[in-house]
Amino acid sequence: MAGGSKEIRAKIGSVTNTKKITKAMEMVAASKMRRAQSRMEATQPYVEKVKRVISHVAAAHPEYKHPYTQTRDNVKRVGLIVVSSDRGLCGGLNSNLFRKILPKMKAWQEAGVEVELALVGNKAKTFFRSYGGNVVASVSDLGDTPHIEDLVGTVKIVLDKFDAGEIDEVYIASNVFVNTMSQDPTVTQLVPLQAEEKHDNSRWDYLYEPDAKTALDLLMRRYVEATVFGSVVENAACEQGARMIAMKNATDNAGEMINELKLSYNKARQAAITAEISEIVAGTAAV
Amino acid sequence: MAVSMQVDVVSAEGLIFSGKAEQVFAQAADGEVGILPHHTQFLSSLKPGAVRVVTGDEEGIFYVNGGIIEIQPSVVTILADTAIRAADLDQAQAEEAKRAAEEAMQNAKSETDIARAQIELAEAVGQIQAISKLRDRLHKTGLA
Repeated sequence: MAGGSKEIRAKIGSVTNTKKITKAMEMVAASKMRRAQSRMEATQPYVEKVKRVISHVAAAHPEYKHPYTQTRDNVKRVGLIVVSSDRGLCGGLNSNLFRKILPKMKAWQEAGVEVELALVGNKAKTFFRSYGGNVVASVSDLGDTPHIEDLVGTVKIVLDKFDAGEIDEVYIASNVFVNTMSQDPTVTQLVPLQAEEKHDNSRWDYLYEPDAKTALDLLMRRYVEATVFGSVVENAACEQGARMIAMKNATDNAGEMINELKLSYNKARQAAITAEISEIVAGTAAV
Repeated sequence: MAVSMQVDVVSAEGLIFSGKAEQVFAQAADGEVGILPHHTQFLSSLKPGAVRVVTGDEEGIFYVNGGIIEIQPSVVTILADTAIRAADLDQAQAEEAKRAAEEAMQNAKSETDIARAQIELAEAVGQIQAISKLRDRLHKTGLA
C-alpha cells in the first residue's frame, strides 16, 4: 500500500510540473498574441490602400490590360501558397488548414490540374515532405516578427511562373483571424484578380510613369506581396491564439488530473491507516 | 481655407501618414513631381527619396525606399516600400552606406553586385537628400 501511494505522489509531482509549463506557455502566447494582433492591424492599411488603387485601375480604361487581371480559360496548373506556423503545440491550427487543402488538391488532381506548392513555415514543410507534392518554393523560421523581405523571394518564384505561363492560377491557403478563440482556415484566389467590373461612364485613364506596363507590373507585384505578407502576419496571430487556447486546455486538464490523483492518493492513505487500525484492534483482541 | 486633398502614406508594416494636405512632392519615375489638389489621375513608381507633404504651414518629410504613387483628383496614395520618418535617419549612416556602395561599385565583380551597389547608392543618395532638406527647414525655423 505504501508503495502505491508513493507512486501516486511522484505522478502528482510530474503532472504539477507539466501544468506549470503549460501555464507559462499560455501566458507567453497571450502576450505574444497581443503584439501579433497589433502587427496584423498595422499591415491592414497597406493592403486596403493597394486594393483601393487596384479598384481605381479596374475602373480606368487603360490601353494596357495587365495579365494578372485576365482569367485564363484553360487551367492546366495552379500554384498554391500554404501559410503554416513554424512551431507546433498550437492545437489543430495547421492540421485544420491541411484538412481544408487536401480535398481541394484531390479535386484538382482529378480534373487533371497539376498543383505546385510554395510553403511558408516549418509545419507545411514537414507535412508535405511526408504527404508528397510538387514543392517549388519554401521559406521557414520567420520568427515572431515576419518581415516582407523574407517572403519576396517565395512570391517571386510563384509570380514568375505565372508570368511564364507555367501556372495559370495562384491560390493562398492560410488561417483567418476571427477572434482570439477561433481561426478559420481558408483558401482564396490571388491571381488572376477577381476584380468586380465597375460600370462608370467616364472614360479616363492614368498618366503613367515610366509607362503603363512597368507601373502596373509593380503595382500588381506589390499587391500580391502585401496580401501574402498580410496572411503570414495574420497566421502568426492565429498561431498565438490557438496556442493560448491549447495551453489553457492543457492546464485545465492537468488541474483535473491532479485532483483525481490526489483523491486516489488520499484513498490509498486512508486504506493503509484503516488496515493498520484493524490490525492493532485485532492484536489487542487476541491478547 | 485652402483646397486640400486626402493623402495616405503607407508601408507594408504600418501606416505612416494619413490626413489632409495642400501639396505633395515625390520622386516619380521620370523626376520629381509636385501635386496640388485636382491633379489628373497619375500612376508611377517611386524612386528612393523624400516625400514631402505640405499642410498649411507644416511640412512632413518621409523617406521612402521606393514604391508606388497613385493620384486621383482628391486622393493621393503613396505605397512606400519601407518608409521611416526622415528625422529618424542618421546622416552619418547614410554617408557610410553611400561610401560602402561606391566602394562596392569599384570592386564589383559580377553584374548582380553592380546592380545591388547601384540600388544601395540610389538609396543612400535619396536618404542624404531627405536629410539635407530636413536640415534646411530646421535652419529656416531656427531649430538647429
